[in-house]
Amino acid sequence: MTTWHEDGSTLVLPPKAAVTASAWRHHHILDLDDFTADEIELVLHIADSMKEVLARPVKKVPALRGRTVMTLFYENSTRTRLSFELAAKSLSADVSNLTASASSITKGESLIDTLLTLESLGADVVIMRHPQSGAPNLAAQHIKGSVINAGDGWHAHPSQALLDMYTMKAHKGAVKGLKVTIIGDTKHSRVSRSNIWGLTIMGAEVTVCSPPTLLPVGLREPGDNFPRVRIEPDINKAIAGADVVMVLRLQLERMQTGLLPSMREYIQIYQVNEERLKLAKPDALVMHPGPMNEGLEISSGVAHGSQSVVNEQVTNGVAVRMALLYLLAGGKKA
Amino acid sequence: MPVKVIMTAEDIRRTLARIAHEIIEHNKSLSGLILVGMLTRGVPLAKRLAANIKTFEGTDIPVGILDISLYRDDLDSREFKPLLNSTLIPGDISQKTIILVDDVLYTGRSTRAALDALIDFGRPHAIQLAVLVDRGHRELPIRADYIGKNIPSAHSEEIKVELTETDTIDQVAIYPAQEEGQ
Repeated sequence: MTTWHEDGSTLVLPPKAAVTASAWRHHHILDLDDFTADEIELVLHIADSMKEVLARPVKKVPALRGRTVMTLFYENSTRTRLSFELAAKSLSADVSNLTASASSITKGESLIDTLLTLESLGADVVIMRHPQSGAPNLAAQHIKGSVINAGDGWHAHPSQALLDMYTMKAHKGAVKGLKVTIIGDTKHSRVSRSNIWGLTIMGAEVTVCSPPTLLPVGLREPGDNFPRVRIEPDINKAIAGADVVMVLRLQLERMQTGLLPSMREYIQIYQVNEERLKLAKPDALVMHPGPMNEGLEISSGVAHGSQSVVNEQVTNGVAVRMALLYLLAGGKKA
Repeated sequence: MPVKVIMTAEDIRRTLARIAHEIIEHNKSLSGLILVGMLTRGVPLAKRLAANIKTFEGTDIPVGILDISLYRDDLDSREFKPLLNSTLIPGDISQKTIILVDDVLYTGRSTRAALDALIDFGRPHAIQLAVLVDRGHRELPIRADYIGKNIPSAHSEEIKVELTETDTIDQVAIYPAQEEGQ
């Protein structure tokens, strides 16, 4: 960021970005596995400008005037839906929200018919969350507008991974070379999957620490399905020397389905607490995609401690989603 | 290679000294002034004007940076979206007199976008426009308050301002027509 000095003498031109907008070639955002490092860098660079817009007295620019953005959520959400809605509104797009439980979907309308309806109503961008992995990919094959995946099943949540990387870059200067430890239920976590892709593409060193029953099978054999990460079942060894400790939400139904013996055991072995956090670098960041179960996967002290950037992640989410909307809908109409 | 050099480094230096004097003459009080440079080349020009005013009158004038990309009216027709940069406006602009600085005044559309952007930051007392080159061909009812040099030009020609801060030399030159603007 450029710094301002009262006399104007030390005012410097913004540094030339390492990338140009021509690096961008996506019409949809479904996952990060098909992103290049340049494209991710471009999103982070544009998000920086968007953050400046959000700091203005009037937090609105006319870049997407006349464009229609629709959110289609088949699952509950607080921050992701609000964040996308605010992002679209800050760019002056028209936004409509559709929640599955309050729509004709309850009358049995299919996903594709619903999407075609949104298209007929003029959606330029559809932001979609669905419990079924791959649903946004199917959607992208049926509509001309852009589809942004706002979370599908266990598969991907690309905008969350991008805002996580934006937050890391804001604090650490670069994502490349960072030691990032992801702790918790990586198997059922779309956030962790997208982060593993994004972080490895950007050149970070990823360590995953999960109970054996909550570790994705494919992660043990890197290849087309997963990039190479370090698997460390011992939480103390996993956290040691980390720049970023990313904690995932433990869904309580994992206990009921027998994947974990008891909540107390999970807390004992895998909870990120003050004592364990001391093993990370002194300036390590603590991240959590939310919503948090305080006292379960993360202690309250760590969740609200000085190293926690959980609330900042939410704020940065709006800027990163503005960047995505600008890149998808801000240029020439397809 | 340029067809014709219109302003040399010395011409640019003298012109910016003259514009600085005009700004001083035109604005009775310098205390409420803010110079805002439009990215990219308006910014070094604004800084040089601020330095001149400091030399002539001893007054520090704050300098801001304005990126108008998000306010452009041609976003739809451009092949590539512009890469965004951060805007930096020093403090509250309400009741201040803003001097908007750009390198070339042409269709007036960039100025229109800059006016929209500035007004989102508050309600300035007045906005004045300073440009190093006015090449004509206005498409909107916009004019400059301070003009370095009027250069009548053809649409097909490209007028390029180069400054040491962003390029290698200080120079204004006419280049033959190119397929796509810079």
